[in-house]
Amino acid sequence: MTLPVVIDIKALDQLVQTLAKDRQVMGPVRRDGAVVYEEIQGVDDLPRGWIDEQEGGHYRLKREGDKLFGYTVGPSSWKRFLHPPKQTLWRAGGGGITPEPIAEDRFAFLGVRGCELAAIQVQDKVFMDGPYRDPHYAARRENLFIVAVNCTRAGATCFCASMDTGPKVNPGYDIALTEIDGGLLAEVGSDAGGAALAALTSRPATEADLAAAAQGIKDAEGQMGRKLNTDGLADILKDNPDHPRWSVVADACLNCANCTMVCPTCFCTTVDEVSALDSDEVSRENRWASCFTTEFSYVHGGAVRPGAKARYRQWMTHKLGTWWDQFDSSGCTGCGRCITWCPVGIDITEEAAAIRGEGG
Amino acid sequence: MAHPADMKTDPMVPVLAQITRKHMEIPGVVTFEVEAPGWTGFGPGQFNMLSLFGVGEIAISISGSCHDTDRIVHTIRDVGAVSHALTMLEEGDTMGLRGPFGAPWPVAGAKGRDVIVAAGGLGLAPVRPILYHLLANRGDYGKVTLLYGARRPEEILFEQELGQWRSQLDLDIEVTVDHAAPDWHGHVGVVTTLFPSADFDPDNTTAFLCGPEIMMRFAANALTDAGVGTRDIFLSMERNMQCGIGLCGHCQLGPHFVCKDGPVFDWATMRPLMSVKEL
Repeated sequence: MTLPVVIDIKALDQLVQTLAKDRQVMGPVRRDGAVVYEEIQGVDDLPRGWIDEQEGGHYRLKREGDKLFGYTVGPSSWKRFLHPPKQTLWRAGGGGITPEPIAEDRFAFLGVRGCELAAIQVQDKVFMDGPYRDPHYAARRENLFIVAVNCTRAGATCFCASMDTGPKVNPGYDIALTEIDGGLLAEVGSDAGGAALAALTSRPATEADLAAAAQGIKDAEGQMGRKLNTDGLADILKDNPDHPRWSVVADACLNCANCTMVCPTCFCTTVDEVSALDSDEVSRENRWASCFTTEFSYVHGGAVRPGAKARYRQWMTHKLGTWWDQFDSSGCTGCGRCITWCPVGIDITEEAAAIRGEGG
Repeated sequence: MAHPADMKTDPMVPVLAQITRKHMEIPGVVTFEVEAPGWTGFGPGQFNMLSLFGVGEIAISISGSCHDTDRIVHTIRDVGAVSHALTMLEEGDTMGLRGPFGAPWPVAGAKGRDVIVAAGGLGLAPVRPILYHLLANRGDYGKVTLLYGARRPEEILFEQELGQWRSQLDLDIEVTVDHAAPDWHGHVGVVTTLFPSADFDPDNTTAFLCGPEIMMRFAANALTDAGVGTRDIFLSMERNMQCGIGLCGHCQLGPHFVCKDGPVFDWATMRPLMSVKEL
């Protein structure tokens, strides 16, 4: 086993440069008042010294400290790269069908949090483990290099500790970093990660470094703003389709679909037919879809779920309940995005507790 | 299956299928026979995703015989934008085709048993492959009964074929209509009104149901009341399907992806789900 090392910011920049030689390196940047994921050129692009303040329906960035990864998670998630909002499937014109070439994207993600790595692994099950797989997703996933980051700070809408997905990342990364005073503790999770790390200037981690990293993760665990009791929750939700609480939340829900767009595991798509105006070419595209729209469940004669109550129930029961039947895991990893980015601050942890019969 | 789960094949890409025969069944309902490259056959109850470029794609069950491995038969009702455009196609035209998808009717499991097939309206199309199979293997099954309900006598699907089958002495066929003019001398009423006079051994019967959800629910309840086991009654469910392979999420019904886990489910599985409004 490779022992953990400590690298400095310069070495992290060197890692980005090295990865960028044959990959697009995606990482956190500050844009339009939020931390989002985009292609980065180096460490200078990171939102150093910025943290986020989150609550139900509330997100603000503010300056505090000088950490690279002091923020938690913002509105974008890594799914926009592996499972993009729009994926062309094939084109037709002149009498033939041309399949879209299998994606050749080679991504490296920098700054993948525990809840986010878990979310990627949830989508792996959806797109790669069934009888049919999405070949574009599978190809991008195969080529992916993951630099994970252990959280040393949690936000008010975070509950990864309840979902066993963080704040310390679970296996599945190539390299995992923990920000400590004077550098970044780096742990190896794969051969590729080991090779990349070995090429950087580093020093062996001391007991004090390990203790500092462990303390940072423990601090984050203590700061979780939300809690979700998952004990027996899947059955409780499935057994309570007529619970009066569904009507209460439906009255507040705007059916805007924000929660499904920011959710790192929501995978639904609609197949769109696209006709070019300047030629006879047509193409078919997958686009992100949301179960909060009425057309999502449309069959001849009308929507299966015309009511807001039925649509919220579908989303939450799927996420925390029937997802287990389908993929043997929860569909929620505790990132808290659906709470923060809900315009009216609907809180999945509060709704689950209410169906369970606690509080609310 | 046409699309192996290999990494370089995209199951979302159709092949071009050519229409070799078009037949108008009743006003607004057309049956196509098509030929598609790479087609290796299907199981009764499976469906294909049919598309017209620039218009869209829809799930359509296969209404032909699974013993006929060359021709693919689809019966389509003109109800939406895509189905309308499809029904406008002529012999020689092409359409996009992906499939076959879905879990078939478990006809092998019904061997040695009485079989009831109950269909409503266009629901006769997805069960027709069962009848072809039963007729081709008649000796393997007990009493076979087809109970069919249409809205009006003019809307009786496959009328000529029903007439031919009716002349067979080892097949019971009853047809009923919801509304009829005085010149109709057959049954009037919903399809469940035919159950009491049907001859079957409830302890040794397998039932296949296809039609509007309310019809299937009443039929399944009637059969359960008559003593047929809930795991011996099968239904074909309809939901919004855009991929057919369990990836787009639209067809979810409780824990099930109707396209991949169904569309055929047993009543034991469906009963609790179908009793919840807007699930």
